[in-house]
Amino acid sequence: MSSNKQAEQIKEISGVNPLKCMKCGKCSASCPSYNEMDIKPHQFVSYVVNEDIESLVNSKSLWKCLSCFACVERCPRDVKPGKLIDAARQMVVRQREQDYLSPNEIPELLDPDLPQQLLVSAFRRYRR
Amino acid sequence: MKYSYYPGCTLRTKAVDLDLYARASAKALGIELEEIEEWQCCGGVYPLGTDEIGSKLSSVRALNAAKEKGQALVTMCSACHHVIKRVNDDMKNVDDIRTRANNYMELDEPYTGETEVLHFLEVLRDKVGFDTLKEKVTNPLTGKKIGAYYGCLLLRPSKLLSFDDPENPTIIEDFIRAIGAEPVIYPYRNECCGGYISLKEKEMAESMCDKIMDSAEGFGAEMLITACPLCMYNLNKSGKLPVYYFTELLAEALGVRGECKEEVQA
Repeated sequence: MSSNKQAEQIKEISGVNPLKCMKCGKCSASCPSYNEMDIKPHQFVSYVVNEDIESLVNSKSLWKCLSCFACVERCPRDVKPGKLIDAARQMVVRQREQDYLSPNEIPELLDPDLPQQLLVSAFRRYRR
Repeated sequence: MKYSYYPGCTLRTKAVDLDLYARASAKALGIELEEIEEWQCCGGVYPLGTDEIGSKLSSVRALNAAKEKGQALVTMCSACHHVIKRVNDDMKNVDDIRTRANNYMELDEPYTGETEVLHFLEVLRDKVGFDTLKEKVTNPLTGKKIGAYYGCLLLRPSKLLSFDDPENPTIIEDFIRAIGAEPVIYPYRNECCGGYISLKEKEMAESMCDKIMDSAEGFGAEMLITACPLCMYNLNKSGKLPVYYFTELLAEALGVRGECKEEVQA
């Protein structure tokens, strides 16, 4: 897929218009995973504008976003960086055998208190 | 007051206490919670992709079941509330999702977002009223210093959840006052606990919860309350302060905690 087409796909899945971003950085300042991310939330927007989707889909950030919606809530331009990150994550997990979580991993991740909610949430975010 | 009730997967398993204390409290307050039949798991997180339809259908089924009874739909878990409320907004306001979801559903009459979705805390605030709740409290939790832990899912995105002010919420503090205790306001009460990250990256979630606990403890909280089983799990890993479901303290204040206790342990 061409880089242009990939960028279009991210915009379509997320429903976000990255050109509205005014680069205030409030999303990154709000992000509880900021320190763990290689591409920061405000940079995510620029990568989509510049059509460098390869870097995004290979970034660590995809698996560090918590979907806590702090960036979505605080964005003064309604750009919703969290939705862009999710769209990039979707582009990865919708491909064959690109899941970030496999059922085979589950037994060793369990403990007696672990709620079902955690498993269903992780499966929904990490695999198709 | 009669409502349709959606407990959700975890309230049948690890968070059975969140459910039992809620039911006992509702009964004491004269609220009837009618569990909808054959509900399905909401999926835990809202599917963000604009082209995701199938993963929203379990919420649509629950919403439609409540609509057919002409009742509002009450949720107890923060995550179920978040997912079902947002799917309801899609069904009401997003043409494409509404059309495609209804094509799958084949209902006699299309579902178009008619059902009112209420978290139990909203029922207490907006339907019962915290003043009335206060009058019904027989066993006030006088002197207890309690930190409200909101987390993310009840508050954000505030335009869709319309639950409370997302930066300076007051609903759980008002609840704490109504049951006779003293709310402790601390800066991290609406920060994320790590959510689903705790499955694969336990240390990351633990360090986030340590910050929340340190913040609450530093401002004088003796305990935290939450409405979310996953917040409960993540916060308990930190283990600095005890964490309770808001329904357990409600049941205690209403004098019905004892009758649930045996059932919870069973």
